Order: sequence, then C-alpha cells, then structure tokens
Amino acid sequence: MCLAVPGRVLDVEDRDGTRMATVDFGGVVKEVCLEYLPDLKPGEYAIVHVGFALQKLDEESAKRTLELFETLGLLQEEFADPWEAAEAELSEWQTQDDVHGEARP
Amino acid sequence: MKYIDEFQNPDLARRLLDEIRAAVTRPWALMEVCGGQTHSIIRHGIDQLLPPEIELIHGPGCPVCVTPLEMIDKALEIAMRPGVIFCSFGDMLRVPGTGRDLFQVRGQGGDVRVVYSPLDALRIAEENPEREVVFFGIGFETTAPPNAMTVHQARKRNIRNFSLLVSHVRVPPAIDAIMRSPDCRVQGFLAAGHVCSVMGTAEYPDLARRHRVPIVVTGFEPLDVLEGVRRTVLQLERGEHTVENAYQRAVTAEGNPAAQAMLSDVFEITDRAWRGIGAIPDSGWRLSERYRDHDAEYRFSVEGIDTREPAECRSGEVLQGLLKPNECEAFGTTCTPRSPLGATMVSSEGACAAYYLYRRLDGATPGRRPAASARMTSGTPSPATASLEGSPLA
Ligand code: SF4
Repeated sequence: MCLAVPGRVLDVEDRDGTRMATVDFGGVVKEVCLEYLPDLKPGEYAIVHVGFALQKLDEESAKRTLELFETLGLLQEEFADPWEAAEAELSEWQTQDDVHGEARP
Repeated sequence: MKYIDEFQNPDLARRLLDEIRAAVTRPWALMEVCGGQTHSIIRHGIDQLLPPEIELIHGPGCPVCVTPLEMIDKALEIAMRPGVIFCSFGDMLRVPGTGRDLFQVRGQGGDVRVVYSPLDALRIAEENPEREVVFFGIGFETTAPPNAMTVHQARKRNIRNFSLLVSHVRVPPAIDAIMRSPDCRVQGFLAAGHVCSVMGTAEYPDLARRHRVPIVVTGFEPLDVLEGVRRTVLQLERGEHTVENAYQRAVTAEGNPAAQAMLSDVFEITDRAWRGIGAIPDSGWRLSERYRDHDAEYRFSVEGIDTREPAECRSGEVLQGLLKPNECEAFGTTCTPRSPLGATMVSSEGACAAYYLYRRLDGATPGRRPAASARMTSGTPSPATASLEGSPLA
C-alpha cells in the first residue's frame, strides 16, 4: 500500500469539478485524481499512490520501475483482488507451514 | 556477488559496491526508514553484498505495522456495527487486533470492503446514502494527502455519511525519537523517498544538524538503496552530516506544495501512539476541528475497548531497529504469516514478514511470497538461500 507505482496518463478530464485521468500501469488501467498535479498531460508519467498522482517522473525511470515491479509481482499485489489474494495466501502458508512444521524439532 | 546478476544493472551495482568497499574504514550502522526499502534489501540480499562493516538496521517505515492496536480494535468494532460499510486498503485485512482481524469480521457478517483508493470509498458512500461509510485512514505522508483530499471532497459535495478513521503518522518525529533513544545505534539514515516526494526535504536539515547524522533521501529499488548507502557512508567517513537527495527523479526539495496545503487544511498535528513503540509527540495527524463531522472516532463512540498486545511479540523493538526479526523467540514458531502475533509479520512491508518470506527456505523453494512465486516463471534462485544463518528455521 505504501508503495507508489508509476503510470502513464492516457487522457484527462474534469469530473464534478475534480481533475481526473485514466492512467495505464503496465497494462492495468485505473482512474487517478490529478488535483495534486493539475498540469499533468496525456503521455506524461507520474508516481501514483492510492489513486492520486503525486509527482512527475521521466519516461525512462517510469518504465524501468514498472518492469521491476512486474518481475517482483508487485503490480499484481497492488491491483489484484485482495480477498482472493488473502485467501490464496492463507492456504499457501498452510501448506508451507505443514511442510516446514515437519522439519522443525 | 552471487545474486548481483539479478540487479537491473549488475555492472552499476558492482561499481557502487566497489566504491562502498573502498570507502569503508570502520563499522557503521545505517537505518533504512521505509518498509519498501527493507523488502528490497532482503529480497536482493543487499545486506549480504555489502562489506561486513556496514549493518543495515530496519526502521519503522511500515504504515500497517505502526498502526496502534487500539486503532485496529476501533476499526474492528466499527466494522461490526449494523448499517456500516467499512472500507480499507487490502493490507489491513489480516492485521491482528485483540483477538480478531478484518478478514474475520467479514466472515462474521461485517460489511468490509477493500478499495484501491479512498475516492472509491467516497463513491460507495454516495451510492449508499442510507448507510454509514467509514474509511480506515492509515499511512505516512504519502497516503495522508489522498485521504485529506477525500474528506475535503466529501465536505464539498455534502456527502454526510462518509467518515474517516484517522491514524496517520509522520516520519520526521519518528526519526527524532529513534535518535533520542538511549539504546540508539543508528549513525545514518536512508530516508523514505516517497514520503519526500510529497513533503520535500525541508524537515530534515534540522534533524541532521541536531543529531549529527547524515540523512540521504533514497528510493527503494535495489540500485537506489546501494546509492543511498554509498552516499551515507561517504559522509560518515568524512565526518559530515548533511541532507542529500539520491532520488532526484522523484523528489524535489519543495515536494508537492498542493498536497502540503491540503494536509494543513484538513489535518492538524497531534501526538500519536505507534504500535509497539508508544506515544511520540507531534508524530501524527488528526482531522482538524472544521472537519470533525467526518471523523469516525467522533461519530461512533468506540471508547472502553480492552486492547492487549501479545506479550511475546517484540515488534516494538523490531520497529526501532533494536532487534532483528529472527532474534524474536516467536519468529517462525508461534508467529508466522498465517497466524501472526504482530503486524510486522503480516504486512507486505513488515520486517518480520520480509525475513520470513526471503530467508527461511532452502534452494528447492524460492523464498518469495507464495502468491508471487506462482506468478514468476523465471526460476532464478532466490537470494534467500544465501542468508539462512541466524534463522531459527535454517
Ligand atoms: S516475529 Fe512475530 S512475534 Fe516476533 S516481533 Fe515479529 S511479529 Fe512480533
């Protein structure tokens, strides 16, 4: 949650007096609030945290970070269904604990 | 150097490590403040790659971990109330309160919903005018501005059934508290990059001067961490203690002024208790008087909750860098991610979780998050295998 993810602005519009954008995070598209970075334009990159653009970022660093997050599985962690993830994790841990429990004295 | 090939730019990583090695003449203890940095360090085995003189101490920078038990219990209590829709980020679901967590509350019939953004919670409030919608506002200076904006919007759009359960914390007072502790061993800080992308660096020069401690603003990618360590060590070896920005692509000196302005409009600074650490003066935010209507603590009276920290959990010491997770008696035995005693074992940014995830497994099983390992097909060996010593599970 504390991690902020870089994304590319696809388009920008004013909605109910609030500046919003659709932003592409390496394939996942989300609604993002631009009130803290009102000058952001389509095609530009920004660091986005919990649906808010917080700081501009150059394209190269944005792409590098996105690639890294992808390999580490962090994008899925940020955007996947958390209930499913929590349940899957529980049963995964269960299996792992069983395996490792046997090895423990 | 076994796992350095996993770095995005192994040549650059090697160069940075060589420079660090060449500069070090004596032992130094550095604290990385941010939990994202901790995970990067353990995941890539950076602590193993560094010369032995340099010790990395893990700091309190995990927002989920430092949320006080009392707040979690208040959240659980509110989430059980009839008519309430309780919204939270996914990270909070399995954080143990006294006796249960949000995941279990949902199992017992509480309407708990996970949102990606606080604005999603506001939309839920708009769509359910007959219900009370409460959003659990936790986190540092990176998360506080989005939550502040959401309360501001609720006010502006007259959405009255929306409130925030606020437990926001601020990093600089925590650094100050760590340095004041008589047990403190920290000689340099890698400051949290994303916090600074909002707040800028203005709060740090005074801390650096007063405590004679170098503070280097650092990102959380492996190369960022190495560069942060390099700059901190160079300062220490020269006897300097200034603030440097090693994360210029995301951090400017002034930060994000619009976000800062919203923070001081919606919130006011208050003393806050940190889980396992205790109260730190001026270390948090609460809603200011003008936004009281949107404060869940005022709207729902949730006093008189009996909170009990499990006695065997030593996460307070872990969060202050006084104890490594695997030095805790319960680590990996009575405390695992499946049945955690402390939030540091269950949060994706917690230090105990990082040790458990990346260090205990043998070569046959990559020591990564199980959910992530299923997604990763590369099959590269984990740095975990390099660092089993010291783990009770080894
Ligand atoms: S290993 Fe578990 S019990 Fe020990 S400090 Fe970490 S969270 Fe607490």
